[in-house]
Amino acid sequence: MSTLHLAILLPFIFVVIIPLLYKYTRAIHTGWIALVVPVTLFVYFMQYFSINKAIDPITVTVPWIPSIGLGLTLYLDSLSLLFALLITGIGTLVVLYSIFYLSKDRERLNHFYAYLMLFMGAMLGSVLSDNLLLLYSFWELTSVSSFLLIAYWYQRKRSRYGAQKSLYITMTGGFSMLLGFIILYAASGTFSIREIIAMGDAVTTHALFIPAMFFILLGAFTKSAQFPFHIWLPDAMEAPTPISAYLHSATMVKAGVYLVARLTPIFGAFLEWSWTIIIVGIVTLAMGSFNALKQYDLKALLAYSTISQLGLIMSLLGVGSLSMNSNYAPYSEYFIAAFVAAIFHLINHSVFKGSLFMMVGILDHETGTRDIRKLGGIMHLMPISFTFTMIGAFSMAGLPPFGGFISKEMFFTGVLSLAEHSNAWITIIPIIAWIASIFTFIYCMIIIFKSFTGTYHEDLLDKKPHEPPFGMLISPAVLSILAIALFFFPGLVDTSIIEPTVKEMAPVAPLFIENPDWHVHISAWHGFNLELVMTIGIILLGTWLYLTYEKWKTPVFDLIPRHLNLFTLYDKAIEGMEKTATRITKSYMTGSTTHYLSYIFSFLIIAALATLIGTGSFVLDTSQDSPIEWYELMLGIATVIAAVFVLFSTSRLMSIMGIGVIGFTISLFFVIFRAPDLALTQLVVETISTALFLLCFYFLPKMKASVESIRFKLTNAIIAIGVGLTLTLLGLSAYGYRVFEPIAEYFSNSYELAGAKNIVNAILVDFRAFDTMLEIVVLFSAGIGIYTYIKLRYAGRND
Amino acid sequence: MKFTDVYLQTATKILVFIIMTFSIYVLFAGHNNPGGGFIGGLITASALVLLYIAFDLQTVQEVFPVDYKKLAATGVLVSVLTGVGSLVLGVPFLSQTFKYVELPFLGNTELTTAMIFDLGVYMCVVGTTMTIITSISEDDI
Repeated sequence: MSTLHLAILLPFIFVVIIPLLYKYTRAIHTGWIALVVPVTLFVYFMQYFSINKAIDPITVTVPWIPSIGLGLTLYLDSLSLLFALLITGIGTLVVLYSIFYLSKDRERLNHFYAYLMLFMGAMLGSVLSDNLLLLYSFWELTSVSSFLLIAYWYQRKRSRYGAQKSLYITMTGGFSMLLGFIILYAASGTFSIREIIAMGDAVTTHALFIPAMFFILLGAFTKSAQFPFHIWLPDAMEAPTPISAYLHSATMVKAGVYLVARLTPIFGAFLEWSWTIIIVGIVTLAMGSFNALKQYDLKALLAYSTISQLGLIMSLLGVGSLSMNSNYAPYSEYFIAAFVAAIFHLINHSVFKGSLFMMVGILDHETGTRDIRKLGGIMHLMPISFTFTMIGAFSMAGLPPFGGFISKEMFFTGVLSLAEHSNAWITIIPIIAWIASIFTFIYCMIIIFKSFTGTYHEDLLDKKPHEPPFGMLISPAVLSILAIALFFFPGLVDTSIIEPTVKEMAPVAPLFIENPDWHVHISAWHGFNLELVMTIGIILLGTWLYLTYEKWKTPVFDLIPRHLNLFTLYDKAIEGMEKTATRITKSYMTGSTTHYLSYIFSFLIIAALATLIGTGSFVLDTSQDSPIEWYELMLGIATVIAAVFVLFSTSRLMSIMGIGVIGFTISLFFVIFRAPDLALTQLVVETISTALFLLCFYFLPKMKASVESIRFKLTNAIIAIGVGLTLTLLGLSAYGYRVFEPIAEYFSNSYELAGAKNIVNAILVDFRAFDTMLEIVVLFSAGIGIYTYIKLRYAGRND
Repeated sequence: MKFTDVYLQTATKILVFIIMTFSIYVLFAGHNNPGGGFIGGLITASALVLLYIAFDLQTVQEVFPVDYKKLAATGVLVSVLTGVGSLVLGVPFLSQTFKYVELPFLGNTELTTAMIFDLGVYMCVVGTTMTIITSISEDDI
């Protein structure tokens, strides 16, 4: 047990402590108790952080289930540290913000903070796990805790819907990922990511390696809301705003990014991996930024913007992984730059998106609405909020002097170098990226100007807007300062985090082999180049489009019919699955015993006949048969006549008599086949059962007692003939296969062994008395059953 | 007005004894001749049924006050306990043994634990059969 293990354990301990303390500390806001966790953890992880040098990776392990290779193995390197700092750092700010956002008196804070701590622990566990199974366990725990947090206001229908949808989609991805992990285990024999990376080609040559890659990518894409699995994210906006800020912008949705980055050393050298990620990322980027324009709800807008930014990061990771591919070896350095951009933008995005969500929360809190059609003209009422919103949005739009500007420039460098060093048609990717950036610019402007400038609609707002309490502004203030600091001092993160991370992600990149002293250097000023021109183009075109937004929005948005989207498809698919399942179930679970019996018998016929004929076991061996005597033949004919009579008789009484005849003939068979005990018993039992049949017949309800012929059904006849035929064939074959001597010889010694001259009785009460004992128990149970049915009837039946 | 069938009742009085004797014979002869606890129990039950048909339920119950459910349960218990008995003696469950003993009046007689087991079967069969028949006949629809 190391301190790293304790660090992960801490949030889980608080999951238990918080509800316990909640009862006794009603006077103070529970958030203050919860705040201990992220602050402690942030300080703890900061001790590993140094501006000048990279962290020495730490591996600690505690056995858990060694028999399946599952150990609590934690690994802390720069990539993990980066995520751990994001999780705990933004976690601190979110908890602080939520203290002022959530009311102490109206909300169930014990639930809220317990779920939040659960999530924080799970997320930390995910990014620190070295064991794939452990990673998967924590991964699913983030899905579950996210589900709980989205449905925090479970009284609302939309919250429950959103929670369910996110669970369905992320769980589907999670299972797929597990499948990929298991294949990796099959290929490598270990669940340790370190060891799999170290194995290199031994793993990559496995036949199922490429499928494993796609299974794992599916997990990453669903979690990170990539196209077409992004549809859960806008619906997850029903969660309380601190949750949206934390889970659905800064941490959980980046779990997929983490997974891709973490597994890049294994899969990165494969073109399938790179191009899948690039294409999905670019499509997500374009789709997300375009859809964000359509939104009126600020949180929905931010959700789409998150989707789009995650697509951007993903596509950069894809471009970066090309640096490991041998075909692109000469351009390794250009592609490595994409990795740098991805990690840098990851940091930037967490900063500005967290801040923007908090600002939207403040707007919601202070005005009572998040609808941009109702907001407007409140700049002079809330100047501080306006400033912070502007910083966040400008950083997102990629404008100087904010961190987003640098990452956007680096993004353009990445896609341009991709286009330059690849096929000609790849040129479309920078163009799509550029157009998406224009959309991004427009919706950033919408966030700022539609909500803060313009006309002030006093009548539309529930309350008079004013600045929020000071405590609520602390967190966005810290994030806004960071957004600016990342522009002026990118050196804070370049050599300390980004450089070792990139080297970690592309260990076999030709660049690092040729040039071991390579260093990342991020600066705000790149000089005059194409990227800068593109940015200026974005600003000019974006401003013009924003100003003419009202004119073009309706015709452009109507190009795609409203009902034709993935949301409707999802709803229709869920509905369709339910309906189909119901229909299928109803089609065979008819409630009719006749139908069920016909399934059982049909299966019997098919299975038995297929086995009998398929294995060629049918034999007809008559050499052992005894000669047939005339009285046996007579009795046989009598039985058949009675049976046919039962089958075709038109009255119940006749059928009962027919069955009686069969029973008595059988007892005669027992007589002629020398089984006196059986004959005696058969006689008496047949008499009793006939009497009972008559009893049932007598008490049948008078009203429905119409004497009718048995309904003849062709299928029933076929099934009945089939069963008869099957069993006859089986019986004949079994008779032909008498390969062992019967054990009957042994029982002929019954007088010596059991002192009995009656062998049957000796078997029943001595050799195999256990069967008899249980049979009388059966008889007794049947008697008691009949007694209770008749005597202990439910008294209130007539009600 | 109560209907009485003199012929049936007179015949029953004689027949029941004959049937009962036969059933006891079948029960005890089972070890060496066709018969045994099961068929013996069924024949006893048929004697009782004859009584119920000739007389009415209450009368027979007064003359012959047996709770058939308890009889059946006792039968199961007796059979299981013969098995448990062999466990006590350190042999496998339900091991049976037999011995020839000189008894007064009966002479050289075979005594076997299987007989006790069969007695349990007999009691269970009589009890269960009569439980079923009396339950159904007492039921009014």
